[in-house]
Amino acid sequence: MLKHLAGRLAEALVALVLMSLVIFLLSRVIGDPVALLLSDSATEADRQLLIQQLGLDRPMWQQYFTFLGNALQGDFGQSVTAGREDALELVLSRLPASLSLAGVALAFTLVLGILLGVLAAITRGTLADLAVRMLALLGQSAPSFWLGIMLIYVFAVHLGWLPTSGFGGPAYYVLPALTLGLFTLAAITRLVRASMLEALSSEYVKLARIKGLSEWSVVLRHALGNSLIPVVTFMGTFFATMITGAVVVETVFAWPGIGRLAYESIMARDFPVIQTVVLVITAFFILANLIVDLLYLAIDPRMRAAG
Amino acid sequence: MTRDLSFKLALGLLVVFVLVALFGPYLLEHDPLRGSLRARLDPPAWAEGGSAEHLLGTDRLGRDVLARIVQGARISLAVCLVVIAIAGSIGTALGTFSGYVGGWVDRVLMRLVDLALSLPVILLALLFAAVVGPSFLNIVIVISMVLWSQYARMSRGETLRVKNEDYVDLARTSGLGHVAIIFRHVLPNIAPSLIVVATLQVGVVIVLEASLSFLGVGVPPPNPSWGGMVAEGRSYIVTAWWVSALPGIAIVLVVMAVNVVGDALTDRINPGLRGRGA
Repeated sequence: MLKHLAGRLAEALVALVLMSLVIFLLSRVIGDPVALLLSDSATEADRQLLIQQLGLDRPMWQQYFTFLGNALQGDFGQSVTAGREDALELVLSRLPASLSLAGVALAFTLVLGILLGVLAAITRGTLADLAVRMLALLGQSAPSFWLGIMLIYVFAVHLGWLPTSGFGGPAYYVLPALTLGLFTLAAITRLVRASMLEALSSEYVKLARIKGLSEWSVVLRHALGNSLIPVVTFMGTFFATMITGAVVVETVFAWPGIGRLAYESIMARDFPVIQTVVLVITAFFILANLIVDLLYLAIDPRMRAAG
Repeated sequence: MTRDLSFKLALGLLVVFVLVALFGPYLLEHDPLRGSLRARLDPPAWAEGGSAEHLLGTDRLGRDVLARIVQGARISLAVCLVVIAIAGSIGTALGTFSGYVGGWVDRVLMRLVDLALSLPVILLALLFAAVVGPSFLNIVIVISMVLWSQYARMSRGETLRVKNEDYVDLARTSGLGHVAIIFRHVLPNIAPSLIVVATLQVGVVIVLEASLSFLGVGVPPPNPSWGGMVAEGRSYIVTAWWVSALPGIAIVLVVMAVNVVGDALTDRINPGLRGRGA
């Protein structure tokens, strides 16, 4: 088990380093940092001086190791936009908005997804089942940028129930969380429905029925418990979907999180911020998968023996 | 029974999508790129103030929304076909090679695939797209670069399954070369599973292309990409909802149809794969 754990940690680190290399190479191609930093009246001498200061005259691999070394010390450089903010501080200041949105979205999708999945499974073949399955199909097919705009149109512009966009109290969370969560909600619903159906036709549920247990007890204690394991194994994917989905959703709703920061910095070719934000998102992405792996290890004893 | 019905409906919808993409542009009188300033933001025919002249209304520049959606179908279909051809051949070549050769080559290649699968797709696509700039060729390359790994994993697993079958052993002992074995015996036998992956990916590609176009790094204007049209209509959603809403409905319908067909194929060809893929 320890060996397995060490292997997974090493893999996560390699993934992160690889991503840092990709980001480094891309952001060197994205924009000429010198051109961005110089004012229009700068002379050729100013240019050369800046190239030397930034270390851009050194070979690429040396620049990469300097970048990596600085990054490990928390130094990602400064934003090239007017504010010249520290890139890492900027990203960290946007993190709470993103995490709270993803947290709200994940919580509501888990609760609602399990409820709907169980409902569809125990009413299999009825109209309720059909309705849930249609909703799940729709949720997996609607692109979030369009869904967000439509929700704004109906609930904010037309009905005036909720704010159109921006960051604030609980009301501000409803539409973005719904938009961010719908795809995952559909996935959880389908997953729970399928594994509930399987569990309900299994031997141990038949046995529980023969023993005369009430239907509620059969469904909740015996079938549901086993149906939730696949949900746990997919949690990493769900969380990852939300982190990356945030780029689109936060842009649509003007949400001040790292997703929107990623979009804005890429558009502005602000390469120190791009590097930082992409690396932070990737780190979360990898961390989420790692945690789920460990959770799975804790749930399934066979994995422990094999690892 | 309802399953069969929904499968047929979805398949019918996909056929319509392909036919519209292929022949639609020749049947319409309006030019998707040229608008009329006298007909800006005209509502659809059924809404108040609409006319039969523009069945689905017009956009900010007076361009016919129906003509643009039809032209957009062609762009979506083209992106799908090219991406699946590129990502599919790269992924399949690597995966089949990896599974067939085995040993440390296989281990190294599969680690790479795992890594590729563990990176955030849309962020990578956005980064690449911002670097290379918006164009049809670039968007196709970008999406292929983030989607090849699924074919690699699938074809590798399937190759492992197939390569120890009796008929492959027989071919080997009868003196057939490795390349011939791969092309004559391995690839035809793993093709059905790859077709399932490709079908499920059609939806992923359409949504990814639309998202990138929405964010302004996809198919460049004035070409009518569905995602780009939703983005253009966003700023006047209050007065002209149809500009954003209708191309989005086109996306939802096609992706829904693809998902239904993909699920049905998964059930028929390779039931072990349920829940994976997209």
